[in-house]
Amino acid sequence: MTASADLAPSYELVVIGGGPAGLAAAALAARAGVSTVLFDENPGVGGQIYRAITSTPVKDRAILGEDYWDGAKLAEEAKASGALIVNGATVWSLDRQRIVGISIAGKARMIEAGRVIIATGSQERPFPIPGWTLPGVMTAGAAQTALKAQGLVASGRTVLAGGGPLLWLLAAQTLRAGGKIDAILDTMPRRNWLHAMFHLPGFALSPYFGKGMALLKEVRAKVPIHRADTIEAVGADRVREVLFSSGGETRRLPADLLLLHQGVVPNVNLANAAGVAHVWNDRQLCFVPVLDADFGSSVPGIAVAGDGAGIAGGTAAAERGRIAAIAAVRALKPDCIVPDTQAIRQRLQREEMGRSFLDLLNRPVDAFRQPAGNTIVCRCEEVTANQVRDTAKMGCEGPNQMKAFLRCGMGPCQGRLCGLTVAELISAERGATLDEVGYYRLRPPVKPITLAELASLPISEAERKAVER
Amino acid sequence: MARTADVVIIGGGIHGCSTALHLALRGLKPILIEKDYAGRHASGVNAGGVRQLARDVHEIPLSISSMDIWERIEELVGDDCGFDAHGTVLVAESEAELAGFRERVDDLNLRGFVHEELIDAAELRRLVPAVSEHCPGGVVSRRDGAADPFRTTQAFRRRAVEKGAEVIEGVTVTGLTRIGANWRVETSAGVFEAPRIVNAAGAWADRIAAMLGEPVPLSVVAPMLMVTSRLPPFIKPVVILRGRKLSFKQLENGTVVIGGGHLSTPYRDSNETVLDWEKLAISARTVWELFPAMHEATIVRAWAGIEAYMPDGIPVVGKSSTSEGVFHQFGFSTHGFQLGPGTGAMMAELVATGSTNTPIDGLGIERFQTKQK
Amino acid sequence: MFKRLADSSPAVGIIVDGKPVSARAGDTIAAALLAAGIGHCRTTPVTGAPRAPYCLMGVCFDCLVTVDGVGSRQGCLIPVREGMKVETQLGRREAGR
Repeated sequence: MTASADLAPSYELVVIGGGPAGLAAAALAARAGVSTVLFDENPGVGGQIYRAITSTPVKDRAILGEDYWDGAKLAEEAKASGALIVNGATVWSLDRQRIVGISIAGKARMIEAGRVIIATGSQERPFPIPGWTLPGVMTAGAAQTALKAQGLVASGRTVLAGGGPLLWLLAAQTLRAGGKIDAILDTMPRRNWLHAMFHLPGFALSPYFGKGMALLKEVRAKVPIHRADTIEAVGADRVREVLFSSGGETRRLPADLLLLHQGVVPNVNLANAAGVAHVWNDRQLCFVPVLDADFGSSVPGIAVAGDGAGIAGGTAAAERGRIAAIAAVRALKPDCIVPDTQAIRQRLQREEMGRSFLDLLNRPVDAFRQPAGNTIVCRCEEVTANQVRDTAKMGCEGPNQMKAFLRCGMGPCQGRLCGLTVAELISAERGATLDEVGYYRLRPPVKPITLAELASLPISEAERKAVER
Repeated sequence: MARTADVVIIGGGIHGCSTALHLALRGLKPILIEKDYAGRHASGVNAGGVRQLARDVHEIPLSISSMDIWERIEELVGDDCGFDAHGTVLVAESEAELAGFRERVDDLNLRGFVHEELIDAAELRRLVPAVSEHCPGGVVSRRDGAADPFRTTQAFRRRAVEKGAEVIEGVTVTGLTRIGANWRVETSAGVFEAPRIVNAAGAWADRIAAMLGEPVPLSVVAPMLMVTSRLPPFIKPVVILRGRKLSFKQLENGTVVIGGGHLSTPYRDSNETVLDWEKLAISARTVWELFPAMHEATIVRAWAGIEAYMPDGIPVVGKSSTSEGVFHQFGFSTHGFQLGPGTGAMMAELVATGSTNTPIDGLGIERFQTKQK
Repeated sequence: MFKRLADSSPAVGIIVDGKPVSARAGDTIAAALLAAGIGHCRTTPVTGAPRAPYCLMGVCFDCLVTVDGVGSRQGCLIPVREGMKVETQLGRREAGR
């Protein structure tokens, strides 16, 4: 295993994140002859979609589905490419000078990068409902991770809630693995169909159409599905039951495990902290980086590939990684031979086709994005929706000012689980656009590091002399 | 059509907002113009130290008058600003350093300033039980403390508006010209006219001064700070060092703010700073040696606020040397937060009456002009 | 909440709050705690509310635990190791311990 002391002081290309975008980018660049390192904070490569692809204990391929196993080829190609792949490596700082702060097994290092490709992917959209901080409430993605990486399958009384492709996929995978799901609470309103229908022709041609339909059928045959306008997790020390209402009628379901999901959004923290400009995307209801055709960001030398560039799925992520890598290789070593991007762009376009349909069909309703009452919004600092709304009414104009008043976004997760909610609440209360309201200005370390680790950071000769003098 | 006011204040940091409030309290109508939003830069993101300790003698009168205001801050601005007064302790790391501190305290006493008090090892340990054993004593200023910088700046802004000031944010000043008895202030949102102008533009104040034909050797700096996650309470006063760069304070919520003046790279045109982790590592090592209890603390965030630094490390405060009706209030050189309340009050007096009872000798802008000739 | 599909991976013994817990190679700390049915892994520094792993992908920080004496580690990112000592965290746990 690579230790932080084993790293070179600089690499031509640093790829951050070992999902499809990062693996494809690293493989292409290293094969072209560029010195490439890929850092990934998980124990193995694959990202979330191909989580534990090289180590999963789930050997029956039918359980996770053939799309999952596509990841094996990406992992093999990256491994064979000559790129240095370092797992268990957390990147905690990146700046416009392309200095990368990295931590491996409790040891920090700063290294320099000629170019950087941020491939930190997506995370699940915050799903702030009453009781979502209780033990026993998790995300659907978390349950999927536990299944892929450790072969853990939901047992006991299990309720899924929300919507979006991942929720249905997890339901199907859980059932195939012998798990039981007591109910699915569908929060996506039927009227979404009206908006999405315009884009159905595009979706019908995309590879997701047939798969999606089959998945829905598979799950519906085995699990009771209820519509839900409100959802609440109830319990003192852990979730005991789930309350939901539909058409004014409230029902209770006993539950040991409540799995929430309402889509995924770009994981913006590292790019934001590096100074990459972002804008609001109203179709995907999230902030996305401003990128050129090669996925280059507003910061020279830093690209954002994969779902971090806007949600398009795992196959598209790999193609985006390749395009970003080709641009990096051309900039670093113009003489190196790289594939032509045209074929890649065509494949990418095919993958992205139908995205509008999925986005609109799975557009979460306001009530589940902009909660009311004393629902916790910031899990770390336990700040409620009412507090955020009241402070916005008092005149607080944006998330950064809100931090100073309420400390929301200032805990260890650094706004990952509240940033979008806080921004949307301020926007709603003040009648301002999301671009006017903006997002947290994130600061490194984007992942906390211990003082001990920082204190033992190796320092350059120049610094050493300055200190000794 | 130009909009008119009694005074146009350029810059919405704690100084501009404090001056706006004090002018409004005197019955004048100020308009404050801020290029971002009030407290966006150093005033909103500094370490929050409210310190009289270890100041240059020229600014001690302003510091003392500010302290009087800090102690009744809620009465003035309607918010306690998170101010608490647990003192500031300057820790000596050696007997030689302590001897130097003794000389300074004696000198201050001779000048009639008694806020700094030499303490021995026993008193140091009583005040700061967590301090490392190698420290033989220090200096305390017991009335000092800390406040929440953004909240404070916002409170001054809010109260100034309540008292009749106008605060216009997101607007940049592009030109200054004298027309008769008035100054014409051109901005990205139209023209303003007023007989008097206060330049409180912080890291951008040299550009305002240059428009007036009095260039100043201002450097743009951004001292770095970092903060831990919440820790159990273990230290009350603010602790500072002289030999090594450190300021150290635990907030009421348990987080510890670590600063001390190591600098990042500022980009004042894009409001950005690039942190220097090798220097933050030096801060971490200093904390490590001074407070063994901090070894497993977790750093959750680091940042830097952009501000002005003058070559002699003290601010530019007083009348313009070239331009009638213009007043300067900038260049606080990384220690201007505590001075905000008192300097605003003094400046309002100076602007309104033409003179002030608070001694500001040695702080005028002319000190740079004469040196250049 | 969770059961294992197959217990074929080699066992790894870790210590959780002084008690032995049998994990599997390939487990992260958070997964091992979930598999062992441990109710929560920390309490919050603000109100003392119990928390358990939420996202399992390194973004929520609810699985913070003390690992071999070092506080506030993300349990979902760290693989288990034989003999590893894991402590659940109570509020502001990390300084002056």
